[in-house]
Amino acid sequence: MALEAAAPSGGAGRIKTTRVVSSHVTVPKRVVEIWRSRQLLFNLVGTEIRVKYKNSFLGLLWSLLAPAMTLIVYAVVFGVALKNGYPNFVLLLFSGLLGWNLFQTAVLTATGVIVNNAGLVKKVSFPREILALASVGSASVFFFFQSCVMVIFLVALHWRPAFGELWLIPVALVPLFVFASAMAIFLAAVNVYLRDTQHLIEVVVGSAWFWACPIVYSYQKVVHAGLADHHIPAWIYFLNPMTPIVMTFERVLYARTFVHLTTGSHPLAQLLPGWGPMTYVKLDALVLAVSLVLLYGAMVVFGRLAGNFAEEL
Amino acid sequence: MGTVAVDIQGVSKRFRLYHQKYMSLKERVIHAGRTPYTDLWALRDIAFEVNEGETVGILGRNGSGKSTLLKCVCGVLQPTEGQVVVRGKLAGLLELGAGFQPDLTGRQNIYLNGSLLGLAKSDIAKVFDEIVAFAELDQFIDNQVKFYSSGMYVRLGFAIAVNVDPDVLVIDEVLAVGDERFQRKCLDRVKEFQEQGRTIIFVSHSPDQVRAICDQAVVLSDGRMVGNGPPGEAVRIFREHLLEAGEILALGHADEEPAPSDLPAPVTSVETTDRLHPIRITEVTSVHPGTGERPYVITGEPLTITLNYTSAEPTTTASFVVEIRDSSSTVLLRTVSGDLGTQLDIPSGTGAVSFRYESFPFLDGVYDVSVGVEHRAGGQLYDWKEAAARVEVMNPTRTVGLVNLPVGVTLEVVTAGGYSVPVATGQAVGLPVEP
Repeated sequence: MALEAAAPSGGAGRIKTTRVVSSHVTVPKRVVEIWRSRQLLFNLVGTEIRVKYKNSFLGLLWSLLAPAMTLIVYAVVFGVALKNGYPNFVLLLFSGLLGWNLFQTAVLTATGVIVNNAGLVKKVSFPREILALASVGSASVFFFFQSCVMVIFLVALHWRPAFGELWLIPVALVPLFVFASAMAIFLAAVNVYLRDTQHLIEVVVGSAWFWACPIVYSYQKVVHAGLADHHIPAWIYFLNPMTPIVMTFERVLYARTFVHLTTGSHPLAQLLPGWGPMTYVKLDALVLAVSLVLLYGAMVVFGRLAGNFAEEL
Repeated sequence: MGTVAVDIQGVSKRFRLYHQKYMSLKERVIHAGRTPYTDLWALRDIAFEVNEGETVGILGRNGSGKSTLLKCVCGVLQPTEGQVVVRGKLAGLLELGAGFQPDLTGRQNIYLNGSLLGLAKSDIAKVFDEIVAFAELDQFIDNQVKFYSSGMYVRLGFAIAVNVDPDVLVIDEVLAVGDERFQRKCLDRVKEFQEQGRTIIFVSHSPDQVRAICDQAVVLSDGRMVGNGPPGEAVRIFREHLLEAGEILALGHADEEPAPSDLPAPVTSVETTDRLHPIRITEVTSVHPGTGERPYVITGEPLTITLNYTSAEPTTTASFVVEIRDSSSTVLLRTVSGDLGTQLDIPSGTGAVSFRYESFPFLDGVYDVSVGVEHRAGGQLYDWKEAAARVEVMNPTRTVGLVNLPVGVTLEVVTAGGYSVPVATGQAVGLPVEP
C-alpha cells in the first residue's frame, strides 16, 4: 500500500508529502491515507448513486419507490394473508428493516466491489479500502431515502414514535456503520481470492442472517418466549451484532411495548422488551466495541491481501 | 535539484504463475497445499534514484519488467522486497482513461478522475477549463463518456493527468496514442513539465524518444537493471541486449543470425583470382578511435574501412566500392574510388585500400558495409562482398533521425533602425564527447 506522511519541502516552496510503497504498511498509516482520500470516497458514492438509476425514467425517485413498494408487499402478506395480528405491523417491520437494509446493501455491494472495479484497481493507485467504504457510503444514502419513506408512513398512519428517545438512533447507527464497514472491508478482500464468497454471502446475508434478526417477528413475543420454553439463555440470540441495532430502531420508531392484537378477542401482547433506554445504550456499546475489534482485524486482513489485488484480478 | 524525488530501494517483485488457477472454494479445498506454481521474478534488486527535476527513461524489451516497475512506483503493486519512496504528489499514467465511468459525462469524470489522482474538488474546478481546452472537448464535455471516440477518451485522460499539478509524473508508453498532432502536444507538455523542474519517469519502446527527452535512462533486461546512465549510453546498452537476444530493434535483420559482439567481424575470402576476377577482396576491417576498447563507433568519429586484396596482375583500371546500408537495406552511402578521381596503380600481389571517412555522420544503429571492386568504366564487377563488415554506432547526443551534421544556431534581432544585429551565437558542431 502507498501511504503519505507530511514532510517539509525544500523544492518549489510547496508542501511535499512522502509516500512509501512497500508491503509493510501499518493499519494506523492506512487509516491516515484513507482520511486523505475522503474526497474520492464522496465522489465514488456520488458516482454509484448517479449511475444506479441512470437511463431510468423515474431516476432517483426509484430509491423512494422501491422500499415503499417492498413494504406494501410485506404489509399485505403479513397483515392480510398470514395475519400475525400486530397493529400497524408495517411500521414495526420498517423500523427493523431500516438498519438491516443499510447493513445488507453495504455488505452485498462491497463483497464484489474490488472484483467489479478491476480496471481501476489494476491501473490507479489509491487506498483500496475506499472502494469497500464507498459501498457503505452509498448504502447510507439509500438509508437516508428510506428514512424519508419511514417518516411518510409514520405521518400517514398517525403513529407517534418515542420522540424522547430519538437520540438512540445515532447511538445505534455508530456501531452499525463500524460493523458494516468491518464486514465490507473483510469480504471485499476475501472475495478477490475466493470468488465463492460472493455467492455464499448472498445466501447468508441475504437470507439466513435476516431471519436471525427480530425484523419480521417480535423478539419479546416469539424469541424470548421460545428460548425460555427450551431453557436456552437469551444471550445466545444476542451474539448476532445486528440484533441490538435492529431492536433499538424498533424501540424508538415502533415505540409500543404492549399492544392489543387485531386478531380474535384483541388480547394484550408484549412485542418489545420493557427495557429502559440505557439497556439499549449498553447493548449498542457492546456491539461497537466488538465491531471496532472486527474492523481492526478486517484492516489487517485487507492490508495483507491488498498487495496482490492487481495480480489476482 | 539535488534532492531525491523517487528512491527505488532494492525492489524485487515476484509473481506466482499458477499452472492452474483455483478460484473456487471447492477447488481450493481439493487442491489445498499443492497448487502447482512457478515463481517468476519480474524485478530483481532494482535500485536507483531519480533526482527532483530529472527525467528518467526506462528502456527494455517486452517482458523485461518496465511496467511492473512503474506499477510499483505508482503503488498499484507492492514490491515483494524493498520499497519505493516518493516525495511529492505522483500522477501515474499507466493507462489513459483508467477509472473513467462510461455512464458519467466528461465533466463528471474529470471530477472523479481528479479525486482518484488525489485532488480536492476546488482544485479541480480551478483547472477544469484548462483540461477541457487541452483535451479539445468543449462541445462534448457534457456527453456521456461511453459515446466518446477512443481518441477523445485518451485525450481526456492525458489532459486530466497533466493538469493535476503533480510533482512526479509517471508515463507508461501512453505517448504512443492519439494522432500525430496530439502526440506533439503531449510531448510539448512533457517538455514544459521538465522546464518547471518536475520529475518524470518515462517508459518507452522508442530509444529516439528517450534520447530526446530524458536526462538519464535505465535499461532493464529480464527484471534486472543492466544499465543506468546518460541516454546515449543507455540506448547503446539496450541495443546490445537486443542483439544478444537475437532481436535488433526496428533496425533489425530479422532473417540474420545474431551478430557476434565483437563487431565489426572481419571477413576472409577463400576464392582465388582468375581471368574474370583479376582482383579479389580478401578481408575487410573497420577502424575507429575506440577500436579495441569498445565495439561501437561514436557518431562523428573518423571511421576507416580497409579492404585487403589480392591482385593477379598490375592494373590501373580497378575501382573499389564501399556501400553502407541500414537495416532495411537502403543504401545510405556508396563511395566509389574511381569516381573520386583517384587512380589506384595496383601492382600484382596483395595490398590494402583504405577509405577514411573523417566524420561518420550516421546516428545509432547497426550498419552493414558491403564492398566490391569493379572496372572503373563500370560494367565489369571483379568481386563483391555483401555485408562484409558491420558497424555499430552509438549516438551520445540528443539529435534524433538518421544523420548528425555540424550545425550552428544564430539569433538575429531586428532593431528599430531596421537592420539586424547578431545578439548571440550558439554553436553545436560535432559532438559533446562524453567521458
